[in-house]
Amino acid sequence: MAKIRRNEKREMPALNTSSLPDIIFMLLFFFMSVTSMKEVTYKVDLSTEKMPKVTELTKLEKKSLVRYIYVGKPKQEFTKMFGSDTRIQLDDQFAEVSEIESYIVNERAAMESAAEKNPSLKGQSQKLQVSIKADKETHMGVITEIKQALRRAYALKISYAATQRNEL
Amino acid sequence: MAKKIPQINASSMADISFLLLIFFLVTTSMDVNKGLARRLPPPPQNQPNQEKLDLKIKKRNLMIVKINSHNQLMVNGEIMEVSRLKDEVKKFILNKENNPNLPEVVEDEFDFGGTVGQKKVKYTKDHVISVQNDVDTKYETYLDVQNELVRAYNEIRDESASYYYHVKHFNDLSESQQKVIQKIYPQKISEAEPKNYN
Repeated sequence: MAKIRRNEKREMPALNTSSLPDIIFMLLFFFMSVTSMKEVTYKVDLSTEKMPKVTELTKLEKKSLVRYIYVGKPKQEFTKMFGSDTRIQLDDQFAEVSEIESYIVNERAAMESAAEKNPSLKGQSQKLQVSIKADKETHMGVITEIKQALRRAYALKISYAATQRNEL
Repeated sequence: MAKKIPQINASSMADISFLLLIFFLVTTSMDVNKGLARRLPPPPQNQPNQEKLDLKIKKRNLMIVKINSHNQLMVNGEIMEVSRLKDEVKKFILNKENNPNLPEVVEDEFDFGGTVGQKKVKYTKDHVISVQNDVDTKYETYLDVQNELVRAYNEIRDESASYYYHVKHFNDLSESQQKVIQKIYPQKISEAEPKNYN
């Protein structure tokens, strides 16, 4: 006959945590693979809601081939020095439209000198691609000037950075 | 007697990986490098030639999309909403009914390769879509228009991919197949040289 024990104290079995490291590692690998460190710190305000939305997105090619031009209003902490008009940022600094041409030429020269040391990189400077990351409120006057500068520098492959939009 | 190897204490493993996990969590920005890809025309060599080229294009082959400073759209003299643009552009590029006001339709033979072989295709060879914008046009509107134009081309390419190769999307085709369709429907979006107002 089954005995019904009442007064005996039952101890809670210890929780088996041996699989915890495995789970954490899995998460770790996921984040390691999707992580892409920001290329630069933005000086212009380009938060997600400021990016334009389009439907026909294409992924950019190899990261090493892409150079970025940021266009937007300076962040809060820079408005005192640079005002609140639309500005251009190249790498880590504010720049003028006139500097874009030499920037592209310099970047291309840097790629070419890297190719001299490493033959597998040959011809990459021809594939240079420019991504324009601009605030959607920007006036086309600025963008047109940038485009003209890029044409003069023969950087003809461009991409307007945008986020995905789901239908109109 | 074989010595018993003491078990490695792995209890700190979880802590270490937690630390790493938190580091990557913080630095992750999920920065998607996506955008609307376009190609710029090479710099103008000598101005007068450019103007002559513009004049050479027949009126019926040209679709002028103008965006003014109030972000309003005008297509060949007709005010239009952005939402209607894609269908108008598709009609313009295809000209299925051979409308005399839409671009000229020519017939050419293309080699589709594989089982499809040579086939005659009717298409509008000389059409050009010209986008003109004002200095004060908003970037967002400009991109919207560009997006609709690219979308029209993408849909046409998808349609012909399913017609000739029986696949759903243009991107599912092999590279050589994509080239054939790109040859029939190249993206002919030209952007006007900015005018000087001084």
